[in-house]
Amino acid sequence: MSAISREDLVHLAQLAHIEMSGAELDKMTGELGVIVDAIASVSEVASSDIPATSHPIPLTNVLREDVVGQTLSIDEVLLNAPDSDSDRFRVPAILDGE
Amino acid sequence: MSNYTDELVDFDVALEKYDPVLGFEVHVELNTKTKMFSDAPNAFGDAPNTNVTPVDLGLPGVLPVVNKTAVEYSILIGLALNCKIAERCGFARKNYFYPDTPKNFQTSQYDDPIAYDGWIDIELEDGEIFRVEIERAHMEEDAGKLTHMGGSTGRIQGADYSLVDYNRSGVPLVEIVTKTIEGAGKRAPELAKAYVAAIREIVKNLGVSDAKMERGNVRCDANVSLMLKGADKFGTRTETKNVNSLRAVEHAVHFEIERHAAVLDSGAKIVQETRHWHEDTRSTTSGRPKSDADDYRYFPEPDLVPIVTTAEWVEELRSRLPEPPADRRKRLKADWGYADKEFRDVVNAGVLDEIEATIAAGTSAAVARKWWMGEIARLAKAADKEIADLGVTPATIVELNSLITSKKINDKIARQVLEFVVDGEGTPNEIVEKRSLAVVNDDDALGKAVDEAMAAMPDVVEKIKGGKMQAIGALMGPVMKATRGQADAGRVREIVIEKLGL
Repeated sequence: MSAISREDLVHLAQLAHIEMSGAELDKMTGELGVIVDAIASVSEVASSDIPATSHPIPLTNVLREDVVGQTLSIDEVLLNAPDSDSDRFRVPAILDGE
Repeated sequence: MSNYTDELVDFDVALEKYDPVLGFEVHVELNTKTKMFSDAPNAFGDAPNTNVTPVDLGLPGVLPVVNKTAVEYSILIGLALNCKIAERCGFARKNYFYPDTPKNFQTSQYDDPIAYDGWIDIELEDGEIFRVEIERAHMEEDAGKLTHMGGSTGRIQGADYSLVDYNRSGVPLVEIVTKTIEGAGKRAPELAKAYVAAIREIVKNLGVSDAKMERGNVRCDANVSLMLKGADKFGTRTETKNVNSLRAVEHAVHFEIERHAAVLDSGAKIVQETRHWHEDTRSTTSGRPKSDADDYRYFPEPDLVPIVTTAEWVEELRSRLPEPPADRRKRLKADWGYADKEFRDVVNAGVLDEIEATIAAGTSAAVARKWWMGEIARLAKAADKEIADLGVTPATIVELNSLITSKKINDKIARQVLEFVVDGEGTPNEIVEKRSLAVVNDDDALGKAVDEAMAAMPDVVEKIKGGKMQAIGALMGPVMKATRGQADAGRVREIVIEKLGL
């Protein structure tokens, strides 16, 4: 039983600003479901006495001193920009942002 | 501009019926040398996209590394807000799609903020103390800056496209979130302003932020809801975003209370949404509907490992805390013996440091206040400058005052000297020397001037002899004229009395 419904996928597509056709939604619902189920199988072996981790190596406090390093040149910054103007990235106006 | 059409209910009328409930999210930009997760400079006002590394652009394969100083500053803020410091905490990705972050997520903290469960006491204008509970203070990063182009207004509405500068992207932020604030009543707008002012003052005092609201170093999102008096359930709230001056915070809360009351009175419901504040019309307009927290699909940031704070580290940081601003004010007020209003005026004029230094250099509290709040404030106003920018230092006042107490100059001339100081002519001593302003109190010169005056006014002399001491005043004019206004009036009087053998 997949944890991902078609409605979930529609919602996700909206959040990601991705337009998806009905066929694509059907296909992705199944595929994402398989992925979620596969990952869910981890919980079968997870034991409650081990805290969840987000990192495979038990490291803490990997910190950097507050010292300025090398920055990119403007040309490098904008190298992959689909569009730019006045040394800035040019993007479509999006109304619903923060 | 904002074409708001909202009905409003008069503020006082609204508060007869409803109790306002508040909550604030204040973002503080830290003034570290580098960004939160990259070693790009954290600087304001540089050319676009010059303070950018691959990490700030979210390029594939990059790894963020946490700035140790930013963590320490965050802990300092937590301690100053009387928070508990998490022994262990981590970062999380807050996912959203908008061009102000090229990564499509903001690195933030989710369910384990570095600081939590604190409080600060807010002093309202009349001295009443209102305690605000702090829910949490967490670390995150700022977003890039979008400039909306085309259209007519420069606002996002009607814009054709936007230009993005990622210099600000990744600048360390601490977001301070209050618990729900009840019981402020009609003082809600005042409390809102005082709260943000207190946060600004604290982070400035800690030295962890430049704390300039006009530059966005301190930004406030204000949550407002109303509940019927006596009700036990909160109303629906709105969140007015990025209210970026103290006055605007006060006005935004005032406006939202009036607007909410009108909506509720009409029988309609408040929509949970973000509101945009418009300084020009002093009103808010509808932003986007508030998304559920789930929409951000927070998950632990796999590229960063947890932060563990030892008691030793936290205590070392605690030992660095400066005296809290509120404590300092209390101490100074008691030391100086100023009345409530006198002290409030000094605080509002922003000359606490100057007066403290002036007093520390040996001037009395009353004299220090007289100068800073009197003549210096007047000159600042005339020059349309902040007092601190006038070029008058505590040393100036100390020097000026010692010239007065040693009777080299009188009060009136001291005020002239101060004007010359402001004009950049030098120190008071230099000016008195250069302009020959020292009061004439050498008895030979004064005696001669008095003789001349008495000779010219025999009738006045007779009156004085007859016991009318106030007639001495009539001699002052000629004496002052003869000494170019620099005679010591007290000494002149003594000489007259001596000469007449009275």
